[in-house]
Amino acid sequence: MNILETHHIVKQYAEHRALDDVSLHVPKGSIFGLLGPNGAGKTSLIRIINQITAPDSGEVILDGERLKPDHIKRIGYLPEERGLYKKMKVGEQLLYLAQLKGLTEKEAMEKLKIWFVKFDIKTWWTKQVEDLSKGMQQKVQFVATVMHEPDLIILDEPFSGFDPINANLIKDEILELRDRGKTIIFSTHRMESVEELCDHIALINRSHKVLDGPKRAIKEQFKTHTYHVEYQGTLDDLPPAFEVLTTTATDDNFQRTDIRIPPDAAVNELIRHLLDRVAVRSFGENIPSMNDIFIQAVGETND
Amino acid sequence: MPACAAGSCTVKAYSLIKSMHTIFLIIKREYLVRVRKRSFVIMTILGPLLIFAFYAIIGWAAVSSIDQKKVAVVDESGRFTNQFKNDEETTYSYEKQPLSVAKKSFVKQGYDALVFIPKDVIERPKTVQIFAQKSVSLDLQNNIERAIGKEIETIKLSEAGITQKVIEDAKVNVDAQTINLSDAGEKNSNAIATTIIGYFCAFLIYISVFIYGTQVMRGVMEEKTNRIVEVIISSVKPFQLMLGKIIGVALVGLTQFLLWITLTIGLFTIGGTIMGDKVDRGRQAMQTSGAAGAMAQGPASAEVKKTQESAVASVMRAIDTLNIPLIVACFLFYFLGGYLIYSALFGAIGAAVDNETETQQFMFPITLPIIGAIAVAQFVIRDPDGPLAFWTSIFPLTSPVVMMVRVPFGVPGWELALSMVLLILGFMGTTWLAARIYRVGILMYGKKVSYKELSKWVFYKG
Repeated sequence: MNILETHHIVKQYAEHRALDDVSLHVPKGSIFGLLGPNGAGKTSLIRIINQITAPDSGEVILDGERLKPDHIKRIGYLPEERGLYKKMKVGEQLLYLAQLKGLTEKEAMEKLKIWFVKFDIKTWWTKQVEDLSKGMQQKVQFVATVMHEPDLIILDEPFSGFDPINANLIKDEILELRDRGKTIIFSTHRMESVEELCDHIALINRSHKVLDGPKRAIKEQFKTHTYHVEYQGTLDDLPPAFEVLTTTATDDNFQRTDIRIPPDAAVNELIRHLLDRVAVRSFGENIPSMNDIFIQAVGETND
Repeated sequence: MPACAAGSCTVKAYSLIKSMHTIFLIIKREYLVRVRKRSFVIMTILGPLLIFAFYAIIGWAAVSSIDQKKVAVVDESGRFTNQFKNDEETTYSYEKQPLSVAKKSFVKQGYDALVFIPKDVIERPKTVQIFAQKSVSLDLQNNIERAIGKEIETIKLSEAGITQKVIEDAKVNVDAQTINLSDAGEKNSNAIATTIIGYFCAFLIYISVFIYGTQVMRGVMEEKTNRIVEVIISSVKPFQLMLGKIIGVALVGLTQFLLWITLTIGLFTIGGTIMGDKVDRGRQAMQTSGAAGAMAQGPASAEVKKTQESAVASVMRAIDTLNIPLIVACFLFYFLGGYLIYSALFGAIGAAVDNETETQQFMFPITLPIIGAIAVAQFVIRDPDGPLAFWTSIFPLTSPVVMMVRVPFGVPGWELALSMVLLILGFMGTTWLAARIYRVGILMYGKKVSYKELSKWVFYKG
């Protein structure tokens, strides 16, 4: 079941095509990484999902329905360029933003109380936003994004501006929201947080979708059939089917070699050959990191 | 809407109500944030105080300057006894002493000046002399010259055989009253009151377009530079945000005017009582000092009072003849219309630029029409029904100022209606245009925009 689908989205700005035939499927309850280099079209897509702009063609389906104005209260959006009214008090401001999302003042009050207790920021209610530190403002902004309990939460670079402690707090919140059945679309350049959090990803480059699917499947797709082994001894007479890529010495006088095997070959075969020749300390498959996949996929489409 | 099914009508009505509710929330925030500002409170209190202080100083100066001058008259010709009329500023006394004595003693006797009229004044009018320790005011000199001149004229005329009766008849005091001819019959009108009220209202509109238009522009820029705008427009349509801001600021303006008017009237009522006492006392003092003079002052000072009263009455009469409800209604309409037509444009500027300095290049061309209107207003006052007045009071970007100048003079109903309809259309036009620029501009950072760029934005889709 998909909470969000986009079908063949096209968005043209004067002479620049920001999105070209972009179709995505975001499964309900997932943490969906929306990746891509700067200027790829991520923000354009997010703005279309948030109904800030409309696509030239294509459609967006939210929970089975074509996107309509009423959907805004089911979406929570934390833009990359974020800010608050500086001259307004925190509580007043959040109440205002919640009411714009369609909550009544009373509902907003109840939900805000829970968040203020949870984040331990009760004393901030009557403070002016400009008196808060940047990190504190980010927290308030996060509350503003999720307070109306949206089903779909879109976070654009959510960790920028947070110190590690607060970043962790937000990360835990994201996971908790996911566990409660919410879907999070997560747009970032930080591959380590994609690695850590996302279970689905899509990669957009130069207005086109380049990749999408479950993270595991994508890694499977990008795997290079290479393995690494750490050992003592010399490894120079492997059968030609096993291609030795690089050999380096480790700090503690072991050798480390990367070996590629043919796609149809069994790994056991390689292990047998290794055991015959050297004293193995460790052995494993080289699984591509998100970083590798990102660089490779973007690099390929740019060529 | 008979064509639509009951269900879809309900949905439409529902979404309309929701959208109204959203705009209402925005208006509320924009309004409260501004009204709570310290600068708003200070301006609201300070405004009437400044106006009051201004008038109080003028009033005070006027009252204090009623400083009676005493003038001694030595009339050798004997023809000018009682010919000098006492007024607010001067009392005349006639001295029988010869000039040489009077010249030495008039200062000691408490006179400010001495007028000497020689025997042969009729033949040689230029021999009249005025002596004073300090230089004599031009007014006093004029009064004396006029009185002597008039009397000589009368004497010469009667010598030429024209009777006193004919002369009296010829001396008509012309206090011109301009009369407006209208369906309702003849009305007194006072051109000065009309001009002042019209110009004052027009100027108020001109000033408020700048004050509140700039507030809209700053508000938009604040949202843009704070980067909160993207959060807001993920909840509301840019158009709603813009409209909410414009209406919110308009209400701030109306609140401020209302408070100013109330406070000013309050201050003037209180201040007027105090000042009134002072004026009365001044007048009493004048009468007593007048009565103490050598000559009978009673009738003269009564006359002074009468002229003062009639001046007040004629202003009151003039104000009565003006169609005050129409002027107030027009003022509110043109204030709102003028503000709305310009504030939408100001909002668009705020959306298009990244900082205050960039606003300059766009501010000038946009405010040019209204600056022109206030300049034209001075000509319109002189010729409120001319072609210049007509066209500029029809054109929506100038009509709020120019029409307001014309309204107190009386404007044909169809012209007023045409001007109002065009203003509403103009406002809708600028709002549409501004909204097109606004929705693109608020999301555009770090880009210096040109007019070419702006015109492209207008035609962007969705």
